[in-house]
Amino acid sequence: MDVPGLFNYWIVIVLMMTGFYVVISRGNLIKKVVGLNIFQTSVFILYISMGKIFGGTAPIVAPGITVYSNPLPHVLILTAIVVGVATTALGLAMIVRIKEAFGTVEEDEILAQPDDDA
Amino acid sequence: MIADHLPALQIVVPLISAPLCLLLRRGALAWGLALLTSWAALAMSILLLSRVLREGPISYALGDWAAPWGIEYRVDAVNAFVILIVAAVGAVILPYARRSVAHEIPAVQHSAFYAAFLLCLTGLLGVSITGDAFNLFVFLEISSLSSYVLIALGRSRQALTASFQYLVMGTIGATFIVIGIGLLYMVTGTLNMADLALRLPPFGENRTVLVAFAFLTVGASLKLALFPLHFWLPNAYTYAPSAVTGFLAATATKVAVYILLRFFFTVFGSEFAIETLTLHYLLVPLAVIAVLVCSTVAIFQDNIKRMLAYSSLAQIGYMILGIGLATPTGLTAGIVHLFNHAMTKGGLFLALGCVALRVGSVKLESMQGLGRTMPWTMFAFVLGGLSLIGVPLTAGFISKWYLVQAALEQDSWLLAALVLIGSLLAVIYIWRVVEVAYLRPLPAGAAAVREAPLSMLIPTWVLIGASIYFGIDTSLTVGVARRAAVMLLGGGS
Repeated sequence: MDVPGLFNYWIVIVLMMTGFYVVISRGNLIKKVVGLNIFQTSVFILYISMGKIFGGTAPIVAPGITVYSNPLPHVLILTAIVVGVATTALGLAMIVRIKEAFGTVEEDEILAQPDDDA
Repeated sequence: MIADHLPALQIVVPLISAPLCLLLRRGALAWGLALLTSWAALAMSILLLSRVLREGPISYALGDWAAPWGIEYRVDAVNAFVILIVAAVGAVILPYARRSVAHEIPAVQHSAFYAAFLLCLTGLLGVSITGDAFNLFVFLEISSLSSYVLIALGRSRQALTASFQYLVMGTIGATFIVIGIGLLYMVTGTLNMADLALRLPPFGENRTVLVAFAFLTVGASLKLALFPLHFWLPNAYTYAPSAVTGFLAATATKVAVYILLRFFFTVFGSEFAIETLTLHYLLVPLAVIAVLVCSTVAIFQDNIKRMLAYSSLAQIGYMILGIGLATPTGLTAGIVHLFNHAMTKGGLFLALGCVALRVGSVKLESMQGLGRTMPWTMFAFVLGGLSLIGVPLTAGFISKWYLVQAALEQDSWLLAALVLIGSLLAVIYIWRVVEVAYLRPLPAGAAAVREAPLSMLIPTWVLIGASIYFGIDTSLTVGVARRAAVMLLGGGS
C-alpha cells in the first residue's frame, strides 16, 4: 500500500474520525462544535488534495507552464469553508443563548432540567 | 424574453427579497414583501410545471456558461413537481404566519423571521431546481442554516437545544453529502448531474464510486430523517414555532427525499443502485421499521405536535418504501405520497397552530371539548387525520392504494399487510385526539376559547381541502408522478 503517496488522504481519515468521535462522545456543546469543525476541515483537505497535480504549478497562464493544479476543487472548498464558518457562528450563537436559558453548556445537565412546555 | 429566465427567477426572487425583508425592519412590511414573494414563486412554479409538461425538460445555463462547466438548472417532471410543492406550501403558510408569528415571536424579531423564512424557501427551491451536484450542497446548507434559525425562534427554551441538535446532525449529513460529491468528482471530473450519469457507468463497482454512493445515501437519509437517523426531527418539530413546523414538515424532508431520488435514479441509475448494490434490501426493511415503530411511538405521545412529528417519520417510511420497491408503481406511490403528505401534514400542523394560538398549549389534555369551541379547526384536524390514515376519498388513500398495488405486483403480501397495519396504528393515534376533542366535556372553569381567526383558518383549510380534493381528482398528482417515475427509471421524459 502506498502510504507516503496517500499521506494527505490518511490525514483526512484521521481528522474525519477524530472530529466525528468528538461530536458523538462529548457532552459539552462547545466541544461538539470543535469536533464538527475538525470533521469539516478533513473534507476541506480532501478536496484540496484531489486538486493537486504532482509537478503542477498554480493555475495562472504564463509562458512555459503546461502542468498546473486543478483550481476547481479549491474554489469549491472556498464555498464550503464559508458554509463551515456560518455553521460554526450559528452554533456558537445558539450556545450563548442556551447558556443564558439553562445556565450550563453540558448536555446532561441541560437534559436534567424540566421541560417547560412539552 | 423574461420567460426564458424563469428557472433563474424562481430562485433569485426569494433570494433578493430575504435581505430586503431585513432592511424593511417593520414586521408588517416584511410580512407583506414575503407574502408577495411567495405568491410570485408559486406563480413561477406553476408556469414551470406547465411548460415542462408541454415541452419536456428545460435546461437553463446560469450566466450563459454552457452545461458541464457552468452551473445548469435543469427542470424535468420530477423536480418541477417538487418545486410546485415547496412553493405552494410557502405561499399558503405565509398568510397564516402573520397572526401565528405575532403570537409566538417577539415583535423585534419579525423582520428577521421573514428573512430567514424566505432564505429557507430559496434553499429548498434551489436544491430542487439545480442540475449541479455541488450547487445542490450549497442550497441545502442555505435551507438548513435558515431552518436552524427558524426552529430556535420557538417559545420554549428547549427550542434552542432542539435546534442545536438539528444543527449538529444536519451538518454531519450535509458534510457526508459533500464528501460523496467530492469523491464522484475525483473519478469523473464533473459536477453536472446529467454529465455524471453519462460518465459513471464505465467505472462499474469502482471502490471510490461505492464509497461516494454510501456517503450520499447516509447523508441524504440523515436529512430526510430515515429511521434510525431520525433523532433530531421530533424535538425540532415539537419546539419550533407553529408556522415553521407546518412549513418544514411539508417541505424540508420532502426535498431531502428528492435528493435521494435524484442521486439514486438519475446520477447512479436504478441499475447500479438497485440491481448491482441491491439497495432495496436495506431501504425496504428500514422503511417498514420506520412505519411500524414510529407509528407506535406516536400513540404514546401527550404532546400532539410531537405525536404528529412521529407520524411524519412513519409517513417518510412509506415514501422510502415506494422508492425502495423501485418499480414504476412503487416510485409513483412514493412521489404521489410526497405531495399528498405535504398537503395533509402541513394542514394538520397548521390546525395545531390555531389551537396553540387560542388555547396556548398543544397537549392532549388541553384539547378537551375543543370540538365544540373551535369546530372549524378541529374538523380540519379530523379530515387531515382521515387522510393520514388513508380513508377512501382522501389523498392519503391514493398513496396507500398505489403502495399496496406496488407491493402486490411483487407478490409481497407481507409488505401490503404491513402498510395496512401502519394505517391501523394511525387510526389509534388520531382517534385519541378525536375522542378528547369531541367526546370529553369542556373542563369546568376553563377560560372561554374562541374559534381561530380567518387568516389562519383559511390557509389551514386550503391545505386540508387540497388533501381531500387530490383524493378525488388524481389526474394531476398521479399523472405527473407516473411520468416522473417512468423518467427516473429511464424510459424517456
